[in-house]
Amino acid sequence: MEKQITQQGQLRIALRNCGMLDPENIAESIARDAYQALGKVLKELSPQECINILKQSGLRGRGGAGFPTGLKWEIASKSQSDQKYVVCNADEGDPGAFMDRSILEGDPHSVLEAMAICGYCIGADKGLIYIRAEYPLAIKRLRIAIDQAMEYGLLGKNILGSGFNFEIKLRYGAGAFVCGEETALIHSMEGKRGEPTNKPPFPATSGFMKKPTNVNNVETFANIAPIILKGPDWFSSIGTKNSKGTKVFALAGKINNVGLIEVPMGTSLREIIYEIGGGIKEDKKFKAVQTGGPSGGCLTEKHLDTPIDYENLIEAGSMMGSGGMIVMDENDCMVSVAKFYLDFIVGESCGKCTPCRVGNKRLYEILEKITQGKGVMKDLEKLKNLSYIIKDTALCGLGQTSPNPVLSTLENFYDEYYEHVVEKKCRAGHCKNLFHYVINEELCVGCAACKRCCPVHAITGDKRMPHYIDSNICIRCGECIEKCSFDAISIQLEPKILV
Amino acid sequence: MTRIKSLDELKNKRDELKSALSLLDDPDNPDRKVQIKVAMATCGIASGARSIKDFLTAELSKRNIPSVVTQTGCMGYCYAEPTIEVKLPGREAVIFGYVDRIKADEIIEKYIKKGELTEGVIPRNYSTID
Repeated sequence: MEKQITQQGQLRIALRNCGMLDPENIAESIARDAYQALGKVLKELSPQECINILKQSGLRGRGGAGFPTGLKWEIASKSQSDQKYVVCNADEGDPGAFMDRSILEGDPHSVLEAMAICGYCIGADKGLIYIRAEYPLAIKRLRIAIDQAMEYGLLGKNILGSGFNFEIKLRYGAGAFVCGEETALIHSMEGKRGEPTNKPPFPATSGFMKKPTNVNNVETFANIAPIILKGPDWFSSIGTKNSKGTKVFALAGKINNVGLIEVPMGTSLREIIYEIGGGIKEDKKFKAVQTGGPSGGCLTEKHLDTPIDYENLIEAGSMMGSGGMIVMDENDCMVSVAKFYLDFIVGESCGKCTPCRVGNKRLYEILEKITQGKGVMKDLEKLKNLSYIIKDTALCGLGQTSPNPVLSTLENFYDEYYEHVVEKKCRAGHCKNLFHYVINEELCVGCAACKRCCPVHAITGDKRMPHYIDSNICIRCGECIEKCSFDAISIQLEPKILV
Repeated sequence: MTRIKSLDELKNKRDELKSALSLLDDPDNPDRKVQIKVAMATCGIASGARSIKDFLTAELSKRNIPSVVTQTGCMGYCYAEPTIEVKLPGREAVIFGYVDRIKADEIIEKYIKKGELTEGVIPRNYSTID
């Protein structure tokens, strides 16, 4: 039961129409069953029956946290109010992730249809899509799709003669990462600062304009119509015990087949990287996969055969996240990776709560110190303690998960931290203060190609005599190593300060 | 466009559109057409898909090959952009990757005219729900 479909590799449910139809022509979508599920729901099912189908299907939120979608809709449907809202969270901000953009650009009607179904189920007649302004093509195609659906009477008043009204408007985000957090997202849509607030109250009771609001991710919505049409049992037959269906991943990084994939839950990392992804670039050695973006963590070789689902990823110290998967090889320095994510978080923290605003900055500074070769053993302890304090005390999901890249790399790559701190060595040859370039005197023919390209004039030597690099001037740009036709220049993993 | 007023009307509309599409694909239909889809999400366009689409549209009409060239969303093969899908009437659709003008020309001459596969075919590596 648990691993039945995984052998077949990819299965496309959310991406069923991506690359199959013209997103700017509703006729092609209709030919591929768009709005059939909405028609069926409006004609044959009561809101509660529809919610029950979703609950049975086991669909969980694809935005990352994995809250059961049917339950979310049920809570919103039970809230009493004269006005409710359906919100689609299209504020995709994880570095390296492009699943939601692809769905909106390739199959906008699947999202519009599901939002209308949600509206019917929870008793809302207005839908809002919160989309980042950096996605102009997705915005354009959504606008066209909404207009065409209105024209056909598939959105708007009295949809398919059922008496149900539903309209969808767009709201633009300015690209703040924190606005993917639902309370911050709602504030941003209201025209306020994109800052999160404490939950409860949850949006399902008091959300947009203080009215009950159901917020779902793009990919979650894209799964709804097939569940209605093919039934909850079909959907729950795919995946693992607690994670049903499929998940879209954006494969990026040091992998041959960079791309957008959709695999059944429970597929192993090994299958994703070596079979679907075609292996690591230039046959280098696999080091880690970063999942879940800045809130997630790294999975290593020992996790290659772990079936991927919500629970297993959390157990492995990462999380599902929205589905970015960045593959790293032996040339990536894990301390620098953690530093990269912290840098991102420091820039994106909204500043409202102290642990996130100040704590992450301090984490970043410690990592900076370590990558410069100035770290001491006490720093590693400090990193860990501070990480836990931030996790426990930050206001919203962003801060509560922001130390994850640090904790996960500390856990899985402690050796590398240790080397940076004690041996002042960066084995990946990435941290610029911890290695230097040397010219092999026997191989160097004195052609001066390196000397000419060096932007800081760190290379000296007479014609046809072996050259020499002054490490104190060298900025480690790597230009010379590329220019040398005799492979005479190599990286020496010893810190600059010792030279 | 007239509004669709009920589920039955929607079903009829779908069947009508579906059969129109399958008619295009029927090798015995005198009005059959070669159907080409160009992956044009932001990423595809950035790697040059729009000019490939224009090139294909112009060249196919110049060379008198009845065809429809449409844009579509991401096919998922980011590493091989621009990608196009070519469906000859009555045959399985074939996806080509790394399509530049030279490649596009070769696809027209070799695959579309003579049915010979060229290099750069990407095997479909997924199943979908229908």
